[in-house]
Amino acid sequence: MLLNLLDTRGLRSQLKDSVPVAGLCPHGAYGVQDSLRSGFSSVKNELLPSHSLELSEKNFQLNKDKMNFSTLRNIQGLHAPLKLQMEYRAARQIQRLPFLQSSNLALDTLRGSDEAIGFDDILNDPAQSEMMGEPHMMVEYKLGML
Amino acid sequence: MALSNVLETPAAGFNFDNAARNAALEGLFERGQAPKPLKTGTTIAGVVFKDGVVLGADTRATSDEVVADKMCAKIHYIAPNIYCCGAGTAADTEKTTDLLSSNLTIFSLNSGRNPRVIMAVNILQDMLYRYHGQIGANLILGGVDCTGNHLYTVGPYGSVNEVPYLAMGSGDLAALGILEDGFKLDLELEEAKELVRVAIHAGIMSDLGSGNNIDICVITRQGVDYIRPYQESEFKDNRKIKYRYRPGTTPVMTEKVVPLKLEVVQESVQQMDTA
Repeated sequence: MLLNLLDTRGLRSQLKDSVPVAGLCPHGAYGVQDSLRSGFSSVKNELLPSHSLELSEKNFQLNKDKMNFSTLRNIQGLHAPLKLQMEYRAARQIQRLPFLQSSNLALDTLRGSDEAIGFDDILNDPAQSEMMGEPHMMVEYKLGML
Repeated sequence: MALSNVLETPAAGFNFDNAARNAALEGLFERGQAPKPLKTGTTIAGVVFKDGVVLGADTRATSDEVVADKMCAKIHYIAPNIYCCGAGTAADTEKTTDLLSSNLTIFSLNSGRNPRVIMAVNILQDMLYRYHGQIGANLILGGVDCTGNHLYTVGPYGSVNEVPYLAMGSGDLAALGILEDGFKLDLELEEAKELVRVAIHAGIMSDLGSGNNIDICVITRQGVDYIRPYQESEFKDNRKIKYRYRPGTTPVMTEKVVPLKLEVVQESVQQMDTA
């Protein structure tokens, strides 16, 4: 499918969104285990989610899209999700640099989420986050060079 | 200034970073000493009558054994023809109903139509099921739309029921008894208001978590009548004297005036078009 053709090293980092990566960097700020906030470091802490909703929320958009595409495939045939996914991929590439916040307007319009307000529009708005990542490291991570 | 080791921008929405810490702290506190969220401990009730829907609620918000708010507004606005009573965690009901109201406003602006009660119910159901009951909101939605008068209940896990009369909250057993006894189909407006008032009153008398005043909201095709308070509690405290102080009660010891020097930096004159 399309995914195999485009699976170059650069786009590998897109897969990281669906699988929690353990051991890449400890959860605390500054790269050191933050004992006050996350407790002592243990393998269990890094692999398993600490809240029952954590994994389901992380993958919510992904799962919703998968479900919609598979329903569309069953009703209209393979061409419908293929064409839509092509548009999604094109829209997802319209981004700013990794450490800057992009509005994702095209992606929102495609998904229909520009007409809905949920908790992710009010809580923890990335545009108002107090921490800034190191630009070089974030770009390297996105390109898979890290 | 050290830059933190952030590899991706944090995702928007709920942040679960503190969940592990909270779970660990839960065990450290003695039983019952851990801080609890503000619950409403409520009696809310709704009745469908001939011309519309009557919703009623008490006005007490408790935080464990303390009454945190004596004039809490539990009947929330969703749309011009839909109102919602909320029981459960106070913040959850507030935020959820706010989000619901915003979504319905966007919808009605986009399509130019009044929202229907079933739309509100569907949006709520999806939202609450997504969070698997972690959002503690028990809601009674009532409204009048082109398909008729409707009263729905939505539970925290997303369960939905359409019923002609309903009570929820910690005082719901007492209120439901009154409603079961007095409800008839096609009640008149005054009868419906009286029935809801008596039901909420029973909830207030029999439940520690409900109390103070009774609010009533009447929704009909013509409009909404939000009566707050419909009945004030007999045990309202009357202040015996006025606690306002006359100007001049505190003697002025010294006075120092420092004029602010302001320079005019830019002046632009725009002529008004008076035609």
